[in-house]
Amino acid sequence: MLKIDNLHASVDGKPILNGLDLEVHAGEVHAVMGPNGSGKSTLAYVIAGREGYEVTDGSVTYRSEDLLAMSVEDRAKSGVFLAFQYPVEIPGVGSATFLKTAVNAARKHRGEKEYDAMEFLRLVKEKRAALGIDDGMMRRALNVGFSGGEKKRNEMLQMALLEPALAVLDETDSGLDIDALKVVADGINALRGPERAMLVITHYQRLLDHVVPDRVHVLAQGRIVRSGGSGLAHELERSGYAGLGLEPSAAA
Amino acid sequence: MSAQQDAAAHQAVESYAGERYKYGFVTDVEADSAPPGLDRDTIRFISAKKGEPEWLLAWRLKAFERWLEMEDEEPAWAKLHYPPIDYQDACYYSAPKSDSDRPKSLDEVDPELLRTYEKLGIPLQEQEMLAGVAVDAVFDSVSVATTFKDKLAEMGIIFCSISEAVKEHPDLVQRWLGSVVPYSDNFFATLNSAVFTDGSFVYVPKGVRCPMELSTYFRINAANTGQFERTLIIADEGSYVSYLEGCTAPMRDENQLHAAVVELVALDDAEIKYSTVQNWYPGDADGKGGIYNFVTKRGACRGANAKISWTQVETGSAITWKYPSCILQGDNSVGEFYSIAITNNRQQADTGTKMVHIGRNTRSRIVSKGIAAGRSDSTYRGLVRIQPKAAGARNHTQCDSLLIGATCGAHTVPYIESRNPTARVEHEATTSKISEDQLFYCRQRGIDEEDAVALIVNGFCREVLQELPMEFAVEAQKLVAISLEGSVG
Ligand SMILES: Nc1ncnc2c1ncn2[C@@H]1O[C@H](COP(=O)(O)OP(=O)(O)OP(=O)(O)O)[C@@H](O)[C@H]1O
Ligand SMILES: [Mg+2]
Repeated sequence: MLKIDNLHASVDGKPILNGLDLEVHAGEVHAVMGPNGSGKSTLAYVIAGREGYEVTDGSVTYRSEDLLAMSVEDRAKSGVFLAFQYPVEIPGVGSATFLKTAVNAARKHRGEKEYDAMEFLRLVKEKRAALGIDDGMMRRALNVGFSGGEKKRNEMLQMALLEPALAVLDETDSGLDIDALKVVADGINALRGPERAMLVITHYQRLLDHVVPDRVHVLAQGRIVRSGGSGLAHELERSGYAGLGLEPSAAA
Repeated sequence: MSAQQDAAAHQAVESYAGERYKYGFVTDVEADSAPPGLDRDTIRFISAKKGEPEWLLAWRLKAFERWLEMEDEEPAWAKLHYPPIDYQDACYYSAPKSDSDRPKSLDEVDPELLRTYEKLGIPLQEQEMLAGVAVDAVFDSVSVATTFKDKLAEMGIIFCSISEAVKEHPDLVQRWLGSVVPYSDNFFATLNSAVFTDGSFVYVPKGVRCPMELSTYFRINAANTGQFERTLIIADEGSYVSYLEGCTAPMRDENQLHAAVVELVALDDAEIKYSTVQNWYPGDADGKGGIYNFVTKRGACRGANAKISWTQVETGSAITWKYPSCILQGDNSVGEFYSIAITNNRQQADTGTKMVHIGRNTRSRIVSKGIAAGRSDSTYRGLVRIQPKAAGARNHTQCDSLLIGATCGAHTVPYIESRNPTARVEHEATTSKISEDQLFYCRQRGIDEEDAVALIVNGFCREVLQELPMEFAVEAQKLVAISLEGSVG
């Protein structure tokens, strides 16, 4: 599904990723952990194609296509989804309107009929209930005045509706209370399937208690320095990054 | 739209300009038309053609005399740049086009125009009407218009062209014409008073609530009123009317200069809601060939508790000079101005409002959303004046500008004059850009950059869009998107 080879990327001329290798197959969930500033969000942005994140070397292959050659929206339409660490506020644009626009863009891309307002609302109702999102939130402007937890749940709702092939979740668990964490984890698990791959960026074992990963990677100074099974996350929880011979906060 | 598509679109417009000639859109001066130029005889000719009474001719001539004295008073204070207009070069009266001068079918109409109609989702028959195609079949909408008029007549509501009103209701016209915008008001209004050819007239009798939106759309075929339009709306005591002007579909006109006048009168407890969508041809990417739109719109809340609300979506024209205003005479009267002005390419807009508080406890609210893209320039110019007797007057002004790209400009010029210490005037202004973060977020959800801009801009304009009548609002949203094509990427 996703194959990253010797990826080097810099921001504002500053090298952040320094030869990163990673392979995720369909049906797998991989966790990416690592100290603050190690380059986790940068990796997510490079996969999504954000401007200003310049790839200086290496390659990223998605479903045997050169992902780096695709535009941001084409990546999205072909199934790459990024749940943002900091979801963006868009004043005046209703959450439901935004979602409908996004879902219909994907449907149009796949040659499917676009949903009308009624069909769409019915669909949303089903999905949002599972995530504990009330109707009021759907009417509000996208992310404007949402609490941290509401923003993250809204990201999960978007993922549930867009049904991506490759989902990158950037610290979706940060800022969630215990109940919300469970709700979000259930949402992620509900989407697990043989056709889908997920890259879950997190700092905490508590999410991985609910979403048990197939692989865990440790990212430090722009490279994967350790990979292992779900046990690796437990090890980190006990001994921290220092236990791996790394500085506690490499770039801080 | 990519630069390439954009270029293609402009080429289509260019070639249309050439083809118009080929299809004889530029008519020969028939005996029925006044030769170019403007003098007393031109005005007598217009008045005679329309079979007007003596008082109206006299009024026109007075305006013309005044206009001649105004030679040096063509407004220069607006932030607008255009070459001097040769008023003697224009043609001030031409008879409505005969069918043989119109395109025979949509095949003869500018494909660019059709593409836009399609995007707006305008049904074929309406497309034909808008493009001025000659058809002899009776339109559904024409018969709709007839039943609609009958219904209004039953309620005593008068809704007709102003020429018709001059003939059928001369007392009303004579009483109110020029009562809000006097013939001597300003350079363009004075010119309009001298040469206006047609426009709409509405009278809503006491206590009557007009049950439907009155729209110029229903008489789109009735007259060729574009250039010097004159509209007069009177809402008698306790009445209500909502009036829609214009059309989201792009309108083309051979006349570059437009100088309309709109007068509204609201008596005690009456309310007028006036909504405009202005989408005249903005010119090509260099601004060539676009309409110059110099409009004087003013409403008077003559009675207590009267209310006048202006809502405008201005996306067209090369130059827009327009300040729909409210004179709040009656105690407790209310004035509102909701505006969206979008400029792209080389367009220039200098628009805003005047709220003149005369009566006690008068209230006004101004919400202006200016969006500038390309190399365009958008200025909000607004005056809030509190007269000495306007105790307890309130105004709230909110003025937001959104810039797309780095080569456009947005300016806010508020004038506040308060001569009553109990009045409260509040002004808020913001200038923002569409952030990289917002665009990336949308695009990551599979929304193309251009659609993302449209979505964000529509969100920015929401407060104003929701003031529009439903049937206008949906089209206006699409129009916002279309107006900004080619502004990104
Ligand atoms: N626009 C930028 N200009 C300069 N440096 C940047 C920019 N964006 C990110 N960086 C730097 O790149 C490094 C990696 O940042 P990144 O956001 O990828 O870290 P992270 O692993 O996601 O951290 P966290 O766990 O705190 O979210 C940091 O040192 C950060 O300061
Ligand atoms: Mg991060």
